[in-house]
Amino acid sequence: MTSLSLKTRNDLGAALRVRLAGFVRSLRDSGYKVGLGETEDAVKLLRSEALKRPQILKEAFRALFCARLSDWKKFDELFDAYWLGRGVKSGIKVSGSSSKKSMKTIRELVDAQGARQDTIAGDVERIPGEEDEPSDDTPSGRREGASIAENLGKVDFRNIHDPDEMAKAHELAEKLARAMRIRLTRRDKQKRKGPRLDLRKTIHHSIAHGGTPIELIHKGPRARQLRLVILLDASGSMSNYTGVFTRFVHGMLDSFREAEAFLFHTRLVHVSSALSERDATRALDRMGLMAQGIGGGTKIGEALADFNQNHAARVIHSRTCVMILSDGYDTGTPDQLGEEMNRLRKRCRRIVWLNPMIGWDGYEPVTSGMQAALPHVDLFAPAHNLNSLAALEPYLASL
Amino acid sequence: MHLNEDAAERTKMTQTKETLAEALAATGYVADDGLAMALLLTEMLKRPLLLEGEAGVGKTEVAKALAKLEDTDLIRLQCYEGLDRSDAIYEWNYQRQLLAIKARESSGADAETVEEAVFSEKYLLERPLLAAIRQDKAPVLLIDEVDRADEEFEAFLLELLSDFQVSIPELGTIEAKSIPRVILTSNGTRELSDALRRRCLYHYVDYPDTSREARILLSRVDGLDTALALQIAELMGKLRKEDLTKVPGVAETIDWAAALVGLGTKKLLEQRELVFDTLVCVLKTREDQARITPEVTDRLLGKVA
Repeated sequence: MTSLSLKTRNDLGAALRVRLAGFVRSLRDSGYKVGLGETEDAVKLLRSEALKRPQILKEAFRALFCARLSDWKKFDELFDAYWLGRGVKSGIKVSGSSSKKSMKTIRELVDAQGARQDTIAGDVERIPGEEDEPSDDTPSGRREGASIAENLGKVDFRNIHDPDEMAKAHELAEKLARAMRIRLTRRDKQKRKGPRLDLRKTIHHSIAHGGTPIELIHKGPRARQLRLVILLDASGSMSNYTGVFTRFVHGMLDSFREAEAFLFHTRLVHVSSALSERDATRALDRMGLMAQGIGGGTKIGEALADFNQNHAARVIHSRTCVMILSDGYDTGTPDQLGEEMNRLRKRCRRIVWLNPMIGWDGYEPVTSGMQAALPHVDLFAPAHNLNSLAALEPYLASL
Repeated sequence: MHLNEDAAERTKMTQTKETLAEALAATGYVADDGLAMALLLTEMLKRPLLLEGEAGVGKTEVAKALAKLEDTDLIRLQCYEGLDRSDAIYEWNYQRQLLAIKARESSGADAETVEEAVFSEKYLLERPLLAAIRQDKAPVLLIDEVDRADEEFEAFLLELLSDFQVSIPELGTIEAKSIPRVILTSNGTRELSDALRRRCLYHYVDYPDTSREARILLSRVDGLDTALALQIAELMGKLRKEDLTKVPGVAETIDWAAALVGLGTKKLLEQRELVFDTLVCVLKTREDQARITPEVTDRLLGKVA
């Protein structure tokens, strides 16, 4: 079995070691998570007789250094560029190298109302309801969130012009989302206590008492968390609301495992990973990068089709609530929208459509897109101010 | 170097990825180059292999083929939401323990003896992970759909995969008799932790291309001739590009090929009716069946010719 021998035939030259270190560095620059362990193994592979040919080495390194599909897809190019000296096509490096120009679209949307970027999310209170007096003016009597927003709660986001106010609204939207998330999780935990006796565990514990079942252990329904999938419309017509919604979505997603977010405009972008960043500013930056090139009208139907085709199977399970944040202005065909909504409807538990325009006086959902979508929506609710966002919680909790 | 000695011990160990691919093919699994290399590396570097890919591309089959190739046991741990240590590693057999306690009550044995007896191997229920490290001959350990298990379980798996030992408070540490070859599969239901990914080698299993799928069919379906296998594989390739709710996997292709062979099909092109009628083998939802109309079938067949 000589060929499998990893013994040193002629020890790895210093030049080769430097080359390898350089390769590892270039991988790390491209976002690969490569540790010392992998590098050591790579040295072993370079020494191995079985792996002398570059093509073979590429396959070996690919298995070793890649950890996810995105790594996998760009690996060949990186390898060729480094070891075989072939040029890398543009668009491989993500961190910081992208042009400012292309970033603009989303950032502009996000900061459309002049919201300050230095608002912080990292140190927002995680335990809700400390800093404010309880208020009872919200229908469900939920204290936090709604009351934090007492002053701003009823003001339509599009009527907030003062940058400071807007920054505050952003922060509140995020706080509200965190408070909701924490309570939704807590409700789940409380549900666990059930009436059925867990005989196995009861007997287990009885051993300590010589076989007498003193301690009774109950079995509850298996805790299954609600999963939230958010589809956020980032088109021009939504620009007054995108900023607040993005922060709201960020608050819902941050360290909340059972949530996924997508952003759509003319196409669909999966932004969960960007939004899972704790720091809001950085999260929005990353999201801006991911959503590059988005522009033009809103094709909700197409975006949904993309979602149904490529993401739904993975992110939706039977306890999933899909939340669509959009004004329903669609430049695509209503038929497609209706059909895709129908497909989506069959997969998930509930579809909530939040439309900021419902909050406006005299609004009727007459646009053809909205008409096509409505039959498949479980809850059609306003989302034009903070109070309307807060009012969602009892609905989500009851799922 | 211990790697070398280990390799020498393995009688059936293959030397290069080509020989490994050949040996796998002999067991009925047609691997592409990258996968053969990844499997070879699991052997060389003693790292687990993480396989990702759509449902139905044959991730689980890899482990089965490997076990067959190595002529060793396949131990499978199917992950699910809520899977915990007692389902995965070990559990005490409480009923038997209680019976033993009751039986010894009358004999007047002192508590310590009873305790020692009750917490012995005899009362230990082995679950897949413990079983995997207690085999004399290194088995293939398949941790299937690891993304379905909770994050806590993933973290704990990490510990086991690095040390290959299990500590049972009442018995002490159980060290591995042999280090299993570990294959993890994931459908991407949940993003796996970086820590787990970094421990593993990685391979993305895609739907096979036409020639590989045809080879898979030929190795799996008796009485299938090469031309028909190629036609079926090509048609499947086209079908997967259609807008389907559930994209058919390799297992479906095999079923379909077997059905076609059973019906005495010679050429797909001339038997459109038959093709359409047998598509139930591959289209598994009502929407998909409605979508692939006879006209669409014609179109797909037109491309086959």
